[in-house]
Amino acid sequence: MNVLLTLLRRREAGIAVMIALFCLAVGTVKPQFLTLDQMRIILLLTPLIMIGAMGQMMVIVARHVDLSIGSMLGFSAMVSGMLYRFDATWFGFDVPWWTGVPLSIAVGALLGFGNGILIQLFKLPAIIVTLGTLSLYRGMTFIISDAKQIDRQWIPSEIKGLSQTSILTIPKDFPIAGGFNIPWIVIVAFGVAVLTYLFLMHTRIGRQIYALGSNPVAAPLRGINVAAVTLLVFTISGALSGLAGIMYASRWGFVNPSNTGSGFEFQVIAAVVIGGVSINGGVGTVLGTVLGVLLLGCVAAALPLLGIPGTAQSAIYGSVILVALLIDRTVRRQGIASLKRVRA
Amino acid sequence: MNAESPAVATGHDAAPPRPRWQVLLIRPETMTLILLILGVFAGSLLSPFFLDINYILRSFTLYSEFAIVALVLTMVIIAGEIDLSPAANMALSACIFAWLQANGMPIPVAVVLGLVSGLAMGAVNAFFVIALQLPSIIVTIGTLTLYRGLAQIIAGDKSIRVPEWFIGVDKIMLVGIPLPVVLFIILAIVLGVVLGNTIFGRQIYQIGTNDVAARHAGIRSARIKVGLFLLVGVVAAFAGIMTASRLGSVRYDLGLGGELQMVLMAMLGGTYIFGGRGTILGTFLAAWLLVIVSTGMIVANVLPAVQLVVLGALLIVSIIATNLIYSRTQR
Amino acid sequence: MLKKSLLTGLAIGLTMLATGAFAQAVGHNFKVVYIGKNTGNPYFDSITGGFEDACKQIGCEFEFVAPATAEATSQIPFIEAQIQRGVNVIAIAPNSPDAMNQVLDDARAKGILVLAVNGDLVGNESHRDANILPVDFTKTGPNQVELMGSLIGYTGEIAILSATTEAPDQNTWIAAMNKTLAEDPKYKDMKLVATVYGDDQPEKSTTEMEALLSNYPNLVGVIAPTTVGVAAAAQVVQSRGIADKVHVTGLGLPSEMRDFVKDGTVKAFQLWSPYNEGWLAAYFADGVLNGTIKNEVGQTFEVPNLGSITIGDKNVMNTQAELTTFDASNIDDFNF
Repeated sequence: MNVLLTLLRRREAGIAVMIALFCLAVGTVKPQFLTLDQMRIILLLTPLIMIGAMGQMMVIVARHVDLSIGSMLGFSAMVSGMLYRFDATWFGFDVPWWTGVPLSIAVGALLGFGNGILIQLFKLPAIIVTLGTLSLYRGMTFIISDAKQIDRQWIPSEIKGLSQTSILTIPKDFPIAGGFNIPWIVIVAFGVAVLTYLFLMHTRIGRQIYALGSNPVAAPLRGINVAAVTLLVFTISGALSGLAGIMYASRWGFVNPSNTGSGFEFQVIAAVVIGGVSINGGVGTVLGTVLGVLLLGCVAAALPLLGIPGTAQSAIYGSVILVALLIDRTVRRQGIASLKRVRA
Repeated sequence: MNAESPAVATGHDAAPPRPRWQVLLIRPETMTLILLILGVFAGSLLSPFFLDINYILRSFTLYSEFAIVALVLTMVIIAGEIDLSPAANMALSACIFAWLQANGMPIPVAVVLGLVSGLAMGAVNAFFVIALQLPSIIVTIGTLTLYRGLAQIIAGDKSIRVPEWFIGVDKIMLVGIPLPVVLFIILAIVLGVVLGNTIFGRQIYQIGTNDVAARHAGIRSARIKVGLFLLVGVVAAFAGIMTASRLGSVRYDLGLGGELQMVLMAMLGGTYIFGGRGTILGTFLAAWLLVIVSTGMIVANVLPAVQLVVLGALLIVSIIATNLIYSRTQR
Repeated sequence: MLKKSLLTGLAIGLTMLATGAFAQAVGHNFKVVYIGKNTGNPYFDSITGGFEDACKQIGCEFEFVAPATAEATSQIPFIEAQIQRGVNVIAIAPNSPDAMNQVLDDARAKGILVLAVNGDLVGNESHRDANILPVDFTKTGPNQVELMGSLIGYTGEIAILSATTEAPDQNTWIAAMNKTLAEDPKYKDMKLVATVYGDDQPEKSTTEMEALLSNYPNLVGVIAPTTVGVAAAAQVVQSRGIADKVHVTGLGLPSEMRDFVKDGTVKAFQLWSPYNEGWLAAYFADGVLNGTIKNEVGQTFEVPNLGSITIGDKNVMNTQAELTTFDASNIDDFNF
């Protein structure tokens, strides 16, 4: 019983409960919301945000923020897109369909590294630097693409297929769940989440990120190589944005210099904050972030189903963020109060 | 050692005070001024149509609403907080004002109610940040989405018109300068004096530098911060209504993206994002810098892509310079 | 970094000075600018192509500019800049029906000809001189309904996936579609069950389409009169493999829909030729500036390749009367 109570008092339980309540509430009005089909739709809404959230989480835990992830997503997606489109012209042959994946990741990592250098070398506030690179990288995306989008026919169908097919498919003749599958990109997204968890919780560097975020001044005194860790988190954030970039091409089938990745950073930050990561650094769990992403996914999927006009959707998102903050604060106060009780 | 420096009767360990000319000139605002001059120069090179004072003033009016709010926002940032909701505030206040006057309320009453709603929005921010002690960046991201959403609910996707006589605030000229620009200049002078020369102003700097220490010194930091959030709310509402007059109608997407422009103006002016440093003069110059650079590029038909790159680079360059200046002047 | 921009600026500036030294006299050598809704939008590349080719024939100077985002007020600084540059004609695809009223009035006060191309300032027509639309918008709705009907055998549940709730062209077409479905007995067995809005964003259009499929299991057809919406809807149908059950059609760009037509996901869709809009606009401007065309309702004039054009009510002109239908037989003939 005690174990259960301790579990419930945790931040993540609160979000899980919110998700359950929300889905039940929507499900009573629209039973279609509780079907496997709907779950698939929700899952498909989340992979990009999930991957971005993993990177952003690390950055925020380290007491920074990365506002340029959307532009990094767009740029790396565009680089791969242009490769697919012009490979015959440039090299004389078609590159294998999977080339875009490592390419996007590498490009993203490079951009993220650029952020890291500016922040670490010049000791600049991350929020301003990434605000600048948000514009800079977006502009570069326009320039390399000559402001033209990469149309659907240029993206290899295998890439697009990653959003529809997968190894986890229930055969069509299976009762009830027949034909249900979890697309590859969802599997990859959860895989990234698991890797992030292992990295943060079970490696020395992962723990150092938390230490750096909770006390940046003391960090070097504890033997943490602040420069290396900072560069690392921003490079990872960039690399994951790159991965999200090729997944954008997979999910939507095209790359557009102005839309691809635009507004991504706000959705990701909202999910991360709802998931319990503190903006002051040092606090946050992968599970919480995953739940935060899922909650936003459920809300996003429910709105069109409930027929809520686009006009009200922003208001709802804003309220969700505020409510999550309130809950976060209440939980923390309770947590601190209970600790005080224990000590007394 | 400079012969200008006053004689100092201290031991060998004390660093001599910096020469006066250094204090006056080596500051972030100087960098902004230099960039501004370079910008004018570059603009005139880029296009023969640029160097026309009337054109530049007319272009400034397009950004004047954001610039006015940026001035007050600077004070909020110096105090160690941030407010990303003013642009959404502008939209919601303008929508409320427009909706009221479209439904029969006399304009002066509608204006007052619009300003009051802006005040209320500032109060909501203040409540979450001060009373509930939540980080202002996240709260105001939440409220910015909320206010924008409410504006959407009130106005839908339609525009609400204002009467003919109300349109054209930007056409009213005082000494050849459009009224919004005049208001910007006046507000800059007033706030500059308040921030730089009053006790209230000094307290804002102290709160921003070290909130805990300031409170221990007896400064009512909570009260001051609440006041600043309320001020931003009212000024944003005023700016929103002014925009309604300039455009002739109000839509929910009024000022979309404006929050970034305002923060940009404050940053380019040397305001430190974590509080404690910054000046109204800096933001004032930075607003002009932003207008000059944007206008210079637009009138030269420079690709939007290049414009984005230039703006991004500008921000990074100015932030590096600001940091260098601050770190070198720290003794 | 600043040095580089200065050097680039110098280079651009010199080029500008060289090309901008033409006399600003009326004649065929006038300056025309087309302000699109935003950059990176392939649709406007087609219209630009029409302008450029026409200006090559006429001898006018053409430039295309567009803001980075399609917000309501994003084009205002661009209009101001073009006035400052002394252009003779401003053609614009407006992002807002009325946000630009004041600045367009300023332009016209300076003698600049203001044309709305591909969209109109609905309710604010007095702030522009003329409007060029691709087709007679009142016929678009019925055309689309007929195409949908022919694909589904004139019976079954259908839905509409539109763009933004306020887009005036969308609302004109949707109203006409509703009217056609209600009044024409040919369509009596077709039932419109929902109208949803994808905001011209691929993500939102996709989720709205998926919601439609989820909410209406008996849906047999979706009309998406927006290039973004129809492509998104087709993508959903293709990825689920239900092309034989749910028929998608609408207004689409051949370049975006080609794949879908070739693999049978979409049997047919419609559009017009954006290229022709640019072409017509340039010739019209030339005529008005040189006095050969009177900008009055009822006037007719000739345009190479397009034939005879009539100026209709509210100074609106169309490049063609009805929509062009694209299907497997002609999809390869077009390069936009």
